[in-house]
Amino acid sequence: MTTAIESDSFKRPARRQWRARLAHFGMTGWLALVVIAFWAAAAIFGPAMLSQRGDFGGGEVFAPMSGAHWFGTDYLGRDMLARVIEGARYTVGVAFVSTLLASGTGTLLALLAAASGRWIDSTLSRALDTLTAIPSKMFALLIVAGFGSSVPTLVMTAAIIYVPGSYRMARALAVNINALDYVTVARARGEGTGYVMLQEILPNIAGPMLADFGLRFVYVVLLLASMSFLGLGVQPPEADWGSLVRENIETLANGGAAVIAPSIAIASLTIAVNLVIDNLPGRAARERGAR
Amino acid sequence: MNALLFKLLVQRIGLAVLSLLAVSVVVFAVTGILPGDAAQEQLGQEATPEALAALRAQMGLDMPAHQRYLHWLSGLVRGDLGTSSVTQLPVSELIASRLPNSLLLAAVTALFSVPIALTLGISAAVWRGSWFDRAASTGAVAVVSVPEFLVATLAVLVFAVQLRWLPALSYLSSIDSFGQLLRAFAMPVLTLTCVIVAQMMRMTRAAVIDQLEAPYIEMVQLKGASPLRTVLAHALPNAVGPIANAVALSLSYLLGGVIIVETIFNYPGIAKLMVDGVTQRDIPLVQACAMLFCAGYLTLVTAADLCGIVANPRLRHR
Repeated sequence: MTTAIESDSFKRPARRQWRARLAHFGMTGWLALVVIAFWAAAAIFGPAMLSQRGDFGGGEVFAPMSGAHWFGTDYLGRDMLARVIEGARYTVGVAFVSTLLASGTGTLLALLAAASGRWIDSTLSRALDTLTAIPSKMFALLIVAGFGSSVPTLVMTAAIIYVPGSYRMARALAVNINALDYVTVARARGEGTGYVMLQEILPNIAGPMLADFGLRFVYVVLLLASMSFLGLGVQPPEADWGSLVRENIETLANGGAAVIAPSIAIASLTIAVNLVIDNLPGRAARERGAR
Repeated sequence: MNALLFKLLVQRIGLAVLSLLAVSVVVFAVTGILPGDAAQEQLGQEATPEALAALRAQMGLDMPAHQRYLHWLSGLVRGDLGTSSVTQLPVSELIASRLPNSLLLAAVTALFSVPIALTLGISAAVWRGSWFDRAASTGAVAVVSVPEFLVATLAVLVFAVQLRWLPALSYLSSIDSFGQLLRAFAMPVLTLTCVIVAQMMRMTRAAVIDQLEAPYIEMVQLKGASPLRTVLAHALPNAVGPIANAVALSLSYLLGGVIIVETIFNYPGIAKLMVDGVTQRDIPLVQACAMLFCAGYLTLVTAADLCGIVANPRLRHR
């Protein structure tokens, strides 16, 4: 009887679930969502809407905040607001694509591992465990040493580094679902592995995997910003927020806006994503249940 | 020590050695095999075929990939790390000159961060839900969710620029007195400590809360034990395993943090050496540093695992 109730609650329509979740969102959660939406919009529409492109220098170097330059100017006299908004494309965009790749690959491999036999499962798990034995920054440094740094390499690097994490998460969830009665029923009906993976298991792990996606997105943003800060990430003249901090680090001694603005941009994005995840009501319930 | 425990420990250590071997394959493949012909890259497009062949022979590139790997691995095991392709000095010499600095930095950081983190984590767990817990936890989340270089930048802004207490860069060469040593170390240690304390505090808090919410603690409270006794005599001994696990795991974050911190403060350690190696594409140097870091990382992670096993009373008393 209990299994029937459980599987029923698993299959609640996704839309109602989301509406219920949003209703429980705290004030901080909404504020964080607004911040994320702002940076997403900046990444997508920002460059097209800028009247003053950041490419042209020649103004005053390291100018303070003013009406003309809201965030001041950088080490070449470029408008800092424009630089930060252009940087959003790299920081938010590259991190989003990498996380999508990592999470997607991880989830697919996990579904495959859970739905097919022991042999595939243990091979995949062992192979991906090897990758986790290399610290993430170390792996990124190795790739840059071997292949040089470019945006496609960075996307692939971040994706490879975070596949094992999301695989492990998705596999733990998928193995539980795989043991439920309705999956057994589907197999008994004669459905193939692909059907079981995508139609039976995937919809039921999608919610937790979205929270995991957010968390991994933060890790990727931190990794990419750190690599750029070391000068090994996005290469000039393009700049993400990590490079912007690096470029303007010399104004740090004067507390210049040019180094503070990109720092605040990074912090606001990562803290906002963390807050949104913490405010998902399902998460608190899951943590209680997991103990 | 019983047979089962011993078997588990040996198994974990064996697994770590196997992982390190797998890591060496990945490291060599990513830097030595997949990127293509290093000789071609060094000489450029206009190189004569004879010069190319000569350089390939000199670099050992005329051997098949698996032979090159075995050659490299056996050198690594014997302590022969090869020659830096930029400075032409033996890599082991370069590393030997930098490694003590990094170990000193790590040791000083651990010395500061472990007591602070444990005190904060345990107090936050005991007074969970209080303003202190909320302030400490929020602070920890904030530190964990921003990059290390931001923490470092903020530290420079506050302590070197505003308060003018400390120099923004560390130069180990100009150290004559203990005071100077302290000043040179202060910023890197402060930054690393912030990052590590945040990680360790969160894990410690979770581990202790896990114990405090167990049924046996309720029993202890019903018996009339004082809150202090409940925590110190009953909860903590059971939480030692998870806490030791948390400490070792958090210290493994040091390895990531140290890369940023040594670069930003210009600290002459091994991470700075590796980042410079990556910038100059000095592959033998990068490979050796990477193996060193991964070995350190695996040691800490395995130590965390072993602490968890040894402290598990169900495994210890059988």
